[in-house]
Amino acid sequence: MSFFLEVLIGGLLSGVMYSLVALGFVLIFKASGVFNFAQGAMVFFAAITFVGLQKEYGIDFWLALPLTLAAMVVLGLLIERVVLRPLVNQPQITLFMATIGLSFFIEGLAQMLWGSTPRGLELGIQDQPFEWLMNRFNIGVSQFDVFAAVVSGVLVVLLAIFFQRTRIGRALRAVADDHQAALSVGIPLQQIWAIVWGVAGFVALVAGMLWGARNGVSFSLTFVVLKALPVLILGGFESIPGAIVGGLIIGAAEKLCEVYLGPYVGGGIEGWVAYVIALLFLLVRPEGLFGEKHIDRV
Amino acid sequence: MLYREAGQFKVTYAKDQQIFPIRQDRIAVIAVLVFAFVVVPLIANQYWLSAILIPVLIFSLATLGLNILTGYAGQLSLGTAAFMAVGAFAAYNFELRAPALPLPVSFFLAGCCAALVGIVFGLPSLRIKGFYLAVATLAAQFFVVWALVRFPWFSNNSSSGVITAQTMVVFGVPFETPVEKYMITLTIVALLALAAKNLVRSATGRAWMAVRDMDVAAEVIGIRPMRTKLLAFAVSSFYCGIAGALYAYAYLGTVEPEAFTLDLSFRILFMVIIGGMGSILGSFLGAAFIVLMPIVLNVTVHWLNGILQSAFAWSLPGSITSNLELMVFGGLIIFFLIVEPHGLARLWQIGKEKLRLWPFPH
Repeated sequence: MSFFLEVLIGGLLSGVMYSLVALGFVLIFKASGVFNFAQGAMVFFAAITFVGLQKEYGIDFWLALPLTLAAMVVLGLLIERVVLRPLVNQPQITLFMATIGLSFFIEGLAQMLWGSTPRGLELGIQDQPFEWLMNRFNIGVSQFDVFAAVVSGVLVVLLAIFFQRTRIGRALRAVADDHQAALSVGIPLQQIWAIVWGVAGFVALVAGMLWGARNGVSFSLTFVVLKALPVLILGGFESIPGAIVGGLIIGAAEKLCEVYLGPYVGGGIEGWVAYVIALLFLLVRPEGLFGEKHIDRV
Repeated sequence: MLYREAGQFKVTYAKDQQIFPIRQDRIAVIAVLVFAFVVVPLIANQYWLSAILIPVLIFSLATLGLNILTGYAGQLSLGTAAFMAVGAFAAYNFELRAPALPLPVSFFLAGCCAALVGIVFGLPSLRIKGFYLAVATLAAQFFVVWALVRFPWFSNNSSSGVITAQTMVVFGVPFETPVEKYMITLTIVALLALAAKNLVRSATGRAWMAVRDMDVAAEVIGIRPMRTKLLAFAVSSFYCGIAGALYAYAYLGTVEPEAFTLDLSFRILFMVIIGGMGSILGSFLGAAFIVLMPIVLNVTVHWLNGILQSAFAWSLPGSITSNLELMVFGGLIIFFLIVEPHGLARLWQIGKEKLRLWPFPH
C-alpha cells in the first residue's frame, strides 16, 4: 500500500511539473490561437541562459534571475513582432509550422550562445525524501518535487487571479473570445499579445529552472514539450485549471501504468502511455476536460 | 505566347475531364517524365542519384501521402514517420519470411499494413479535430517506434533493431546500383503520383475536400464522414508506407526504428506546408526544397568558411556552423511562411497566370 501511495504521490508531483510546461502553451493559445510548439525551445533557452549567466560570467543567482527574465520577455516580444504579426489571419496550421521553425531557430541560438555541453543547475533544494514521512509511513516523497509542485501551484493561482481579476486579464479573455470584437471596444490587440508572450516567457523561465534543476540543462530539455502535449489535450487547450488537472491525471496515471503495467509489456512505455490515456479521455470529451465546447454550425 | 489555351476546344466529355486539359501542360509533363526516365540516368553521377534524387523522390511520395490526409482531407497528422516505419519493417518481413512473393507484391502488402495501422490511429479522428487530433496522432508516432524496438520479431531478432534491407529483385532482375535504384523509385513514385492525381479529382477526392472545408456540411449533403476520413487515413498511410519501404530499400539500406523520429514527421509536414497544401505538384516541390535546403546551406557555410580561412586564416568552429545551419533553416522556414503562406505551388500558379498573358500587359 505504501508503495502504491509513493508511486501515486510521485506521479502527481511530476504531473505538476508537466502542467507547468503546458501552462505556457495554454497562455498563448488562449490569447492568440497559436499552438506554440516553440515553448519547449523557450524553456531550454531560459534554463541555459540562466545557467550560462551564472557559470560563464559569475553573475549572482539573484541578479541572473531578473536578467534571464528580461531576456525571455524580450525574446517573447521579438517573436510576437517578427514572426506572428506578419502571419495574422493565416490558417492555424501555418502558424503552428512557423513556431516549429521558430523552435529550430531558438535551439540553434541557445546552443550557439552558450555551447551545447550539459550543465547542472542548483536551486539549493536537495532531491531527497522527507525524513519524517519516510519514518512514519515509509513513503518516499522528494523534497524537490514538493518544492516544484508548490512553485507551480503558486504560479497557477497567480495566473488565474491575473486572468480573472485584473483589467489586463479581462482584456486578455476578451481577445481570446473574439479578436475583432475586442478591437472594436478599444482593447489594444498588439499590446495584449505582447503581454501574453512576455508572460509565456516568464512561465518558460520558471519551467526551465525547475526542469533544469531536476534533469540538468541540456538539449534534451526541449523534449519536455512531448510530456506537456498529452496534458494539454487532456485538460483542453484553453483552460489554465485544465492544465493543472490534466497534469495531475497524466502524471499519476503515467507512473502507475509504468509501475504496474510496464512489466507485462516489457517496459519503456512512458513515451506513449500518456498519449493513450489522453486519447481515452478525449474519446469521451473531444475538447479535453475543460476546453471550450465547440459548436459546429453550417 | 507559348502558354495559351486559346484555340483548344473541348468537344467531348472525355476531353473535358482529362487530367491535363491544356496541351502545353501535357507536353510539359511528358517532357519532365522523359527527362527523369531517360536523360537523368545518363547524366547524373552517383552522388546526385543516391544523395539527392532518390531521397527527393521518396520524400515526395511521403509528402504526397501526408498531403492527401492534411491538404485534401483536412486531418492534421504528426505520425507520418510511424507509418513510414510500418511500411519499411513490413516490407522487410514480407521479403524475409515469404521470399516467394515478388518485390512489388511485398511492397504493396507493406503499404496495406501501413494503411491498416493508419486506420487504427485514424479512428480518433471521428471524434476529435484539429490540434487535438494532431497531438493524438503523436500516440501513433511513439507507440509504433516503441513496438518496433520492443518486439525483436519485427527486426528478425537483430540486436539493436537494425534491419538490413535485402537486395531488390523484381522478376529475377536485381536492382543494386544507384541508377537501378533510382529507376525503380522513380517508377513507383510516378505511378503512385498519377494515381493520387486521379484520386483527388474523383468523387473520393471531392468528398475529402468537402470534409476538409466543413465536415458538418459535408455530412449534411450525404458524405459519410467515417468512411471518408478513414479512407483518407488509409490511402495516406499506404503512400507513407511505400515511401518508408523505399526509404529502407532504395535509400538507406540499413535502417533502425529510431530513424523514424518525430523530426522526420515534422520534416514531411514542412514539405507539405512549404510545397503547398492540397497540391500534388506542391508535394514534389516541397520535398525537393526541404531536402536540398540543408545541403545548399551546408555547402554555403563551407564555402564561406573557405573564404574566411583564406582571408583571415580563421574559420568558424564546427559547433557554431552546425548551430548556425539550424538557425538559418528555422529562419528560412519562417521567412517562407511569411512571404508565401500558400507554398511553392501557389508561386507556380501565379507564374502560370503571368505566362498566359506574356508578352502582353493585359
